[in-house]
Amino acid sequence: MSAGSGEHAAGAERAVSPEGAASPEHKVVAQGLSCYYGDLCALKSLDLKVRKDSLLTIMGPTASGKTTFLRTLNRLNDRLASARHSGGLLLDGIDVYDPRVDVAELRRRAGMVFALPTPLPLSIYENAAYGPRKKGIRLKARLDEIVERALTDAAMFDEVKDRLASPAQKLSGGQQQRLALARVLAVDPEVILLDEPTSGLDPLSTLRIEELLRRLQETYTIILVTHNPVQAARVQGEVAFFYLGELVETGAASEMFTRPKDKRTEDYITGKFG
Amino acid sequence: MGSDRVSSVPKRDRSRREGRAMVSAVTLAALVTVVILALVVGYILVKGVPVITPAFLLESPEKMGREGGIFPSIVGTLALTAFSMLIAAPLGIGTAVFLAEYTREGRFSRIVRFGTESLAGIPSIIFGLFGFLFFVIQLGMGWSILSGSLTLAAMMLPTIVRTSEEAIRAVPDPYREISFALGGSRWQTVTSLILPNAAPGILTGVILAAGRAIGETAAVIFTAGSSLRLPRSLMDPVRTLPVHFFLLAREGISMKNAYGTAAVLLIAVLLVNSGAYFMMNRLSARRSRS
Repeated sequence: MSAGSGEHAAGAERAVSPEGAASPEHKVVAQGLSCYYGDLCALKSLDLKVRKDSLLTIMGPTASGKTTFLRTLNRLNDRLASARHSGGLLLDGIDVYDPRVDVAELRRRAGMVFALPTPLPLSIYENAAYGPRKKGIRLKARLDEIVERALTDAAMFDEVKDRLASPAQKLSGGQQQRLALARVLAVDPEVILLDEPTSGLDPLSTLRIEELLRRLQETYTIILVTHNPVQAARVQGEVAFFYLGELVETGAASEMFTRPKDKRTEDYITGKFG
Repeated sequence: MGSDRVSSVPKRDRSRREGRAMVSAVTLAALVTVVILALVVGYILVKGVPVITPAFLLESPEKMGREGGIFPSIVGTLALTAFSMLIAAPLGIGTAVFLAEYTREGRFSRIVRFGTESLAGIPSIIFGLFGFLFFVIQLGMGWSILSGSLTLAAMMLPTIVRTSEEAIRAVPDPYREISFALGGSRWQTVTSLILPNAAPGILTGVILAAGRAIGETAAVIFTAGSSLRLPRSLMDPVRTLPVHFFLLAREGISMKNAYGTAAVLLIAVLLVNSGAYFMMNRLSARRSRS
């Protein structure tokens, strides 16, 4: 872990910089993004850039706008009548709220793992095949291939290969959460959004997920939301600290945890609040 | 402290006495309910079951039903119930899906919901009158299985809509979020997750409604007629079991056969209800296992 941290730190300066124009290597860009639920402002004029194939951890206490950012990006907040936003939120340079954007396609491109491990009431196989099936893939051989690759990439194929037809609800919490990740990987996402994915897991399962994320960031752009500064420090990559809907500071994990620029960041990572 | 305890003793005694009185009262209420049910069912069965013979079930009535069996009425009841379910179930489930999944609470959904609730409060004789004037006369369908089924379907709709909507809303919301987040459309989410998970509840509603349709008399006598002949098509009139024993008893034709018919109807309703119960248990057991 410590061996890898230097190289992540080196890349970090380019990764998240609040100023400067968007470039092709930026996968996700927020420009003056504000999000509201009714009159409540959950995210205030956010400027944030996430480099392609990198891992960004959004860290912050409850109600700091972390989840709102994820749900605005994959437009799950379209479900809420009270949710609205202003400013720009770009995926590959195109605003995700552009009328030409196909929402289903957007959600496949920016897959999401939720806080609670929730298997669909289907078999392990059908959980992994859910997204591909909805995309219209019917061929059994093709589905088999996709399911196997997704479960392998989520580091669980060997554990479950002999009981793919058994109900996913029988898996342990940690396995269920890796299955949730496999479900997302199966639709071939470009960005993976994880909303406190380990909040319901034991320490060992948590470590496995974190390990997995460090590996996946080589081929996917990963945005991990956590309230836990220790987790942000463990997964390395870049960190953005959100507080009360504001982006307080961004930087490489190694940088932020040794020399926080803002007093609030320092207080948060040292456990004075949060 | 000491005086507190002294004063609290009779109080606690009194509340314990009141508690015991309440328990006896509610137990009595439950007993009376069971006794009433047993009396009604028992009376009909005791008077009616001896009348039921294979011939009674399989023969056509003779002399206005004074003699012979009730076979055409059994066929008519089954046909009417089946067709009304065939019409009402898709409409009712569709409405429930619309209310629960496709619309936010607004003026239109309130109108739809108010409409179904009002439909539930309308006396069945009004449905009968409407069915007679509209289907039988206006649309020229005559007294027929079709007119009767359409009228019964209108009566069944509120039950099906309400129970289906409840069952659909009971499907955990995270399933929807996961499905949408994986690029599933609303329709795909409804067909592959929501309806399968709501199926036991929906089925209960449909069968409850069917149970009511089997026993409906007022709406049917106006729309399906009271012919004693065996129906050959959807456009033929029929006399359902409840209409048959209503006429047998009211016209004083044969009390014996009226009881027999009532017993058949009662047994049929009990079978349908326990079948539904059994199916629902099996379905939900299978779902919770998987």
